[in-house]
Amino acid sequence: MKTGISIFIAAFVALGASWCGLVLAPSLQLGGAKETVVLQSADHWPQQRTGDATLGLQVYRASGCAACHTEQIRQTGVATEVTVTGLGAHQPDDFGAFVKSLFILPTLVEYTNAIAASLQGWHGELPRTLLTSANQQVVSEMANRLKAIGVKSETRIVPQGDDIIARGWGYRQSVAADYLYDQPVQLGGLRAGPDLSNIGVRMPDANWQWQHLYAPKSVVKTSTMPSFKFLFEVRPVGHVPSPDALKLAADFAPGPGLEVVPKPEARQLAAYLLSLKANVPLYEAPFTPVTAVK
Amino acid sequence: MNQTANKSDCSGELEASLRVPLLALFGGAVIWLVVGLVLGLIAAIKFHAPEFLSACPLLTYGRVAPAANDAVLYGFCLPAGLGVMLWIFARLSQRPLALPVVPVVAAHLWHLGVLVGLGGILAGESTGHLWLEFPRAAAVLIFAAFLLVALSAAATFGWRRERNLYPSHWFLFAALLWFPWIYSTANLLLVSHTLPRGVVQPVIGWWFANNLIFVWLALMGIGTAFYFLPKIAGRSLASSGYALFGFLTLIFFGTWCGIPQSAPVPAWLPAASALGALLSVIPLLALALVAKKTVSGANVACLGGPFCFIKFGVLSFVLSGVLYVSQFCPRYSLILDFTWFGFGVTQWQLLGFAGMILMGAIYEILPKVMGQPLPFPKLARWNFFFFAGGVLLFVIPLLIGGVEQGMQWHDARVPFADASAVALKFLRVSTTGQLLVLLGSLCLLLNVFVMTIQWKLGLVKSVLAYLTSPLAASEVKP
Ligand code: HEC
Repeated sequence: MKTGISIFIAAFVALGASWCGLVLAPSLQLGGAKETVVLQSADHWPQQRTGDATLGLQVYRASGCAACHTEQIRQTGVATEVTVTGLGAHQPDDFGAFVKSLFILPTLVEYTNAIAASLQGWHGELPRTLLTSANQQVVSEMANRLKAIGVKSETRIVPQGDDIIARGWGYRQSVAADYLYDQPVQLGGLRAGPDLSNIGVRMPDANWQWQHLYAPKSVVKTSTMPSFKFLFEVRPVGHVPSPDALKLAADFAPGPGLEVVPKPEARQLAAYLLSLKANVPLYEAPFTPVTAVK
Repeated sequence: MNQTANKSDCSGELEASLRVPLLALFGGAVIWLVVGLVLGLIAAIKFHAPEFLSACPLLTYGRVAPAANDAVLYGFCLPAGLGVMLWIFARLSQRPLALPVVPVVAAHLWHLGVLVGLGGILAGESTGHLWLEFPRAAAVLIFAAFLLVALSAAATFGWRRERNLYPSHWFLFAALLWFPWIYSTANLLLVSHTLPRGVVQPVIGWWFANNLIFVWLALMGIGTAFYFLPKIAGRSLASSGYALFGFLTLIFFGTWCGIPQSAPVPAWLPAASALGALLSVIPLLALALVAKKTVSGANVACLGGPFCFIKFGVLSFVLSGVLYVSQFCPRYSLILDFTWFGFGVTQWQLLGFAGMILMGAIYEILPKVMGQPLPFPKLARWNFFFFAGGVLLFVIPLLIGGVEQGMQWHDARVPFADASAVALKFLRVSTTGQLLVLLGSLCLLLNVFVMTIQWKLGLVKSVLAYLTSPLAASEVKP
């Protein structure tokens, strides 16, 4: 490094390489992304938001909700599980004995404890999940054995990972397609509060959302979420109480003769929150919807 | 570099040429540091008392928190870093600063940009992209200001008297190229009318943030440390070979970090970052080695002086760097992502590494350019102890709390709220640390401001003296 020019060239090449790799290449690969199709369906994904929900994203951005909330579900892998849905001619006891007789199969040796545990204290309630494994062959072997004796079962694809299993925040991992219409994309980097990818499924009631935004502690006692009272208007009750007025507990209500109604920003924000759903299986993130079993 | 040459004739002229530009850059920077730390404290208090200042939309957590980060990074680290760079470039070139008016204008543009940016965030005009929250007007001002400072630095470099390059040159020169490139790319793509589709946005944001916080701060901070450490220790830099190796591996590998392992993007992107992060351990160790060999055995009593600041900064660079790259290891990221850990690492990089080195450099430079000692040398030492203790108290609980939080999320029996409650205990300690850091920064503010005021009073006095003094005999025409 004897001259300014050689430093310049080294820096130019180094930064240029990473620019090509992490800016240009992803833009080319993902910039033209289009809607995908929901697995085993003709529906497109993702859906455009309504006007209110689109505006609500801007309220979410301006309020900095992403400083505490992520919109991103992680997944460590997928497991397949086999669930018994009908015993056919069998009684629970003799079915249990049959399952135990399978334990000598070399493919199942690793799973005997888990299967035995899944039948512990079982008296024939259905559906019952018998076996979960990352190895699809093991599961289909089990399903075939069950079919051979006339027991009805279903195999389901179940994504794994703490966000999905331990926290119950989603059905599958988030994928690039989920964010196609977000301007700006609000992934977030810190989970001071729960992930919101599926808040529209978890809390589909706009009134709950308003109440929570106005006074988080009124619905979640231990909440550390700050209130967003400035998205609401406190005004005297008119001749007819406003239908949208929040139904607040006495501790949180503004006082007699007053009501709390959401400002347009709060309406839009709630519409946006209700639009947050990543609950359909995609080719790149398959899962079996729970409703199929029940 | 000729170590003895500073006493040469041009030295006085050199320092004088830097006086006004550096006061403009440092003065604003120190204010933003205090503003950022105060905003950070407000944000932290909200976790202990969620209703604290919650009625005011300007001060809601989601606005204060990014404003605090941006104030420290864009308000303090960048302009202070630019000031230090100008001084080092002039010193290494052994000539006065070229185009000295330009950085003065730039400093004002810069601080105006930060003001507009922070005001924008607090008013709800944030762009919503991490580390790029400043609205467009602010970004344009900051970008223009950087180019102006770079122009003056490049001219000083181009017209240098001492032709040999010194290791600091590589780092600082690269830093001058880095910022305009990454800042323009990120702003043109993300702060424009038509955003790229979907997850391309966060990918560009991560690339930018990594290049600014990991790479740019390293270029600026290590370039500065490699100038001052040997200078203060009174010897030469230990090994130029290792330094060059560290420099090249830093810019070739460090630039690839940044994409979180859990990102919802095509798998090759996080994989590239994981590899880049693994390889980035090499420059961290190489640069640490150079610094270690340079200072070990040096007989300098530091007692909270600039040497202490810079040594602490280099140590922070290595430790925070190792923690930073560890987040891109797929195994660890499963636990660490989305916890307080990442926030803690960033604060360590900003305050413990860049902040410490910059403050040490400011304490070293200011008395020289002003031609007078610090007004409160004791406070400068207190600054070190407050800041060093504060940073550790601020950051370490966040790191431990983050790991704890991540482990609890993994445990289905622990409800989310309980895991958060555990993290709150750690936050309590870390908020105390923030208070100490703020106290330290106030010492710096006092020193810089009293110095500025003394200088301004001196100017007024000399003008008055000139106006009121009787004409000198030599000027009286016979
Ligand atoms: C200071 C951090 C913080 C900020 C900022 C914040 N939240 Fe929260 N949020 C939390 C915490 C903590 C919880 C969990 C406790 C609770 O439910 O109130 C939560 C819970 C929620 C929930 C319920 C999630 C669930 O699964 O029950 C929703 C919805 C929500 N927040 C929306 C928002 C919106 C919208 C914003 C921006 C206007 C926002 N939050 C800003 C911390 C925050």
